[in-house]
Amino acid sequence: MIHQTSVLVLLICLGIFVVVGGLLFYAVVRYRRRTDDDDTTEPPQVYGSTAIELAWTVPPILIVVVLALATARTVGEIQSPKFAADPLQVRIVGHRFWWELHYPKYNIVTANEIHVPVSYLSTPRPIELTLASADVAHGFWVPELNGKQWLVPDKETKWWIQPTSLGIYLGNCTVLCGYQHANMLIRVVVEPPEEFEKWVARQQQPPNPDASTEAGHKAFESNSCGSCHTIDGTNSQGIFGPNLTHFMSRQTLGAGVAPNDDANLKSWLHDPQVLKPGCLMPDMKLDQTQFDEILAYLKTLN
Amino acid sequence: MPNGTTITESGTELQPARPGEERGTATGWLQDLVFTVDHKKLGMLYVGTGLFFFVLAGIMALLIRAQLAFPNGHVTSPQEFNSLITMHGTVMIFWVAMPIVFGMINYLVPLMIGARDMAFPRLNAFSFWLTFFSGFFLFLSFVAGPGLYGASGAPDAGWFAIAPLTSSAFSKGPSIDYWSLSVLISGIGSVTGGINIMVTIICFRTRGMTLHRMPLFVWLSLVTMFLVVVFLPPLSAAQIMLTLERFLGATFFDAQAGGSAILWQHFFWIFGHPEVYILVLPAFAVISEVVPVFSRKPIFGYPMMVAATVLIGFISAGVWAHHMFTVGLNSFGVTFFAMATLAISVPTGIKMFNWLATMYGGKIRLELPMIFAIAFLFQFLIAGLTGIMLGVAPFDWQLNDSYFVIAHFHYVIVGGILYGIFGFLYYWYPKAFGRMLDKKLGLWHFWLFTIGFHLTFDPQHFAGVLGMPRRIYTYHPGRGWELWNLISTIGAFFQAAGTICLVVNLLWSARKGKIAGDDPWDAWTLEWATTSPPPDYNFETLPEVRSRRPLWDLKHPEDPDWKFE
Amino acid sequence: MEIRIIKFEFTSQIPTNVRNQSRSVSSQSLTSTESEWKLPSPRVVGMILVILTETALFTIFVVAYLYYIGKSISGPYPHEVLELPILGTVMLLSSSVTIVIAEQNLHKGVNSLFNLWWVITALLGIGFLIYTGVEWHKLIYEDHLTISTNLFGSTFYSLVGLHASHVVVGLILILMILILNLTGCVKHYHHEHVIMISWYWHFVDAVWIVVFTVVYVIGAKS
Repeated sequence: MIHQTSVLVLLICLGIFVVVGGLLFYAVVRYRRRTDDDDTTEPPQVYGSTAIELAWTVPPILIVVVLALATARTVGEIQSPKFAADPLQVRIVGHRFWWELHYPKYNIVTANEIHVPVSYLSTPRPIELTLASADVAHGFWVPELNGKQWLVPDKETKWWIQPTSLGIYLGNCTVLCGYQHANMLIRVVVEPPEEFEKWVARQQQPPNPDASTEAGHKAFESNSCGSCHTIDGTNSQGIFGPNLTHFMSRQTLGAGVAPNDDANLKSWLHDPQVLKPGCLMPDMKLDQTQFDEILAYLKTLN
Repeated sequence: MPNGTTITESGTELQPARPGEERGTATGWLQDLVFTVDHKKLGMLYVGTGLFFFVLAGIMALLIRAQLAFPNGHVTSPQEFNSLITMHGTVMIFWVAMPIVFGMINYLVPLMIGARDMAFPRLNAFSFWLTFFSGFFLFLSFVAGPGLYGASGAPDAGWFAIAPLTSSAFSKGPSIDYWSLSVLISGIGSVTGGINIMVTIICFRTRGMTLHRMPLFVWLSLVTMFLVVVFLPPLSAAQIMLTLERFLGATFFDAQAGGSAILWQHFFWIFGHPEVYILVLPAFAVISEVVPVFSRKPIFGYPMMVAATVLIGFISAGVWAHHMFTVGLNSFGVTFFAMATLAISVPTGIKMFNWLATMYGGKIRLELPMIFAIAFLFQFLIAGLTGIMLGVAPFDWQLNDSYFVIAHFHYVIVGGILYGIFGFLYYWYPKAFGRMLDKKLGLWHFWLFTIGFHLTFDPQHFAGVLGMPRRIYTYHPGRGWELWNLISTIGAFFQAAGTICLVVNLLWSARKGKIAGDDPWDAWTLEWATTSPPPDYNFETLPEVRSRRPLWDLKHPEDPDWKFE
Repeated sequence: MEIRIIKFEFTSQIPTNVRNQSRSVSSQSLTSTESEWKLPSPRVVGMILVILTETALFTIFVVAYLYYIGKSISGPYPHEVLELPILGTVMLLSSSVTIVIAEQNLHKGVNSLFNLWWVITALLGIGFLIYTGVEWHKLIYEDHLTISTNLFGSTFYSLVGLHASHVVVGLILILMILILNLTGCVKHYHHEHVIMISWYWHFVDAVWIVVFTVVYVIGAKS
């Protein structure tokens, strides 16, 4: 819908540009003072013409009316949509500098990577986003999925998307929110409905306590990691930072600042300020043992 | 070629005194400038201050572009980048564009209306010095150091300072206070200046100059200053509220206390939108004087130009929330503001057509002021069209806060307003300094700057459409933005080169330029009826006018304007 | 056809006997030379614009106040702590009457009465400020309402405070005129200057009427 309106506007504006730009170019070329002209005369001094002025006032008014009507219609269609099916509800809370995600229907809480089922004509799956902010104003924008909306602390705002092609779509926070605004990245994974159901099931499972990483689990809690991060089914219930229960299922870390691989994870754990200077996770100053233990523990959080 | 009266070679007895030269000594010259209440000197001080800050803010732009030229850039840190973009925007608007606008109007309006000075000369000086010192106050923030809480110096929350990022919880230290207070003080200078200019235009026109015989420059200045007087206070009010919040714990924008962060935006943009008209109308004013003189015809449709200007002034009060389409307004709000935004394009487009019609049938002289004016017309056309596109709210929902918006407003401010300012410099510098600016250097300035302008801002439209948001200090490779950013950065250096040509020209021509004489361009408004530079008292005897082009009447006694108006 | 460009000289080369006449810029004599060229007084236009700009400033604070009526999350609330400021309002509004009386006396040339009514105006203004001060003292120390307490506190103190600051400025202007008059500097041709200051004072009173309505009438029940 946004796309159609945009094309209409673009074409109209292109037309205006060609016409007016052409007139300008023509005027400069045709009415240039020629050096061989009898230069001492002035051209006819024309003061104006009401008829001409009226003639060029009316078409712009008409164009504006057309655009205004198109705008009004599209605005209405988007802000008061009539969904073909019950939309999937996703609640997104913006933080500095990460995205908190809730899927209320499935009782899932995760972060930064949004999985959604693809929408086909036969099986439409609109996704309704409820947007809120835990601190300052943020903006949610995935360019290929059209349109954006702010996340403000005042109140909840709503947006909706309905992706029709599979793929991974990247987006950004669009409202300056601090030092790492540039690395508050969004990843929307649009997958076939079966894959989506699998992902949901995996996210719903609590983590498996693994005896070999018990030391890491203890180190995690003793270093107060749990005061900011939540790991389901444990004592760590902090909400200042992203939920880490299924951390290894995500393709990136640090809200998209780097791929979630071994080297980057080590760097992050060692000092987050290296990969994302200015982010709100401080250098936890772990000693080598704690570092190794927690690293091993985190790697089990699938 | 009858292009004026008294252009002679330098070295003859017609050596105009440079402003301030009367006292002779260097300290005398400085004293003269510091204590002056003469509108011409203050006008030049304003313009000089604006150009000085232009260079500073331009260097900031170069740093920004250097950081963004390549993905994962390391020219600046994230903190420095945020400060750079905030300072670049704030300084360019409040200490470059505003002072130059006030300077242009200060210098020209009393001359054009046949007055001896502004209505309140001491207030004029007061307004200037407030603007001047508040700029230095803002720059103090760079060296202010960490403040009490270890936060950075210069403000870094963007030039429109969205709440609640600016609250003391999220912006520790004094950086935002530097922003608020310096802009607040500069705003007082602007409002007092605006009142001065309006009173001068209303009360000091020379005999015979009815409102409908004023040059369009003066009309546009009147409407501009009306906007200043009415729409700068909302910004001051919002900043007072922000300062009360930061220092005394007031809760205006504090969502935790039930306040609304969006309210800040409403208050800011109620100022912010008219502000861009405050900046663009004087550019229109320059074009409205330059195009007729260099087409050798009167402006086409003077009454309609005035009406369109007044209409723009009024409608500009009602479009502010088109900066807020994506914050969560309801459908009624979005549609209303979209319609108002589209409506304002009609009087603006009309002005465009009037300028074109003035050129039609004329004998266009491609001197530097006209060259810049033609570039203005072309670039402002594009800027206006991208503005219409953004005014269609759904389009804005996709492209708000992206590089498309940055491209749009730089097209307006640089491609439009700045080119108008360049036209102003080339056209009236001879009047102020008695010497012409060098044409060759001027052409170098024009071409370097224009090539640079297009290299920088044309690709930004594409970057925006491809999804690049604004205010990011870096980006990952593979998003499709690299090429556009690189080209954009190269353009910035061209613009810098063009600016150097301009500055050299301005400085060199003051001493070595061709002597201009009273009326080098064969123009028709009253400022050309006195010497270049004008004496302190402007006119020996206050002139009396019978038409819109008093000098045309003099030069063409068989075909005077007043027979046809 | 050759165009001769007539250079009209506005420079000091004009002979002295011609200098004092106003020269017509057209080659025909101007029939309107004898008629009046009357433009508005700069002081009047200036003061109107000052009032316009201050109105714009106050409007934003009024809008903030109206928008936040009923939105405070916690108390104290207006209906709990506000009382109609009758005495203060009477003092301020009657000072507008006394300033007019003072003006009339200046016009009639009765300087002593001008001074008297001028001083009464100032005293009424000071009385208003004292009244406001007492009200604020009660609000702060008894009701524990400060600018940071809640939305009501923020909008109340900022709006009423902004108005009070304008009263202070007005009083300073009135005091200046008083001193100038007592030292004999105010002459008959300063009549307009004095009237402009009284216009400012009337503006301050008009703003008070708006503030009174918004704060103590409209918002008082919330």
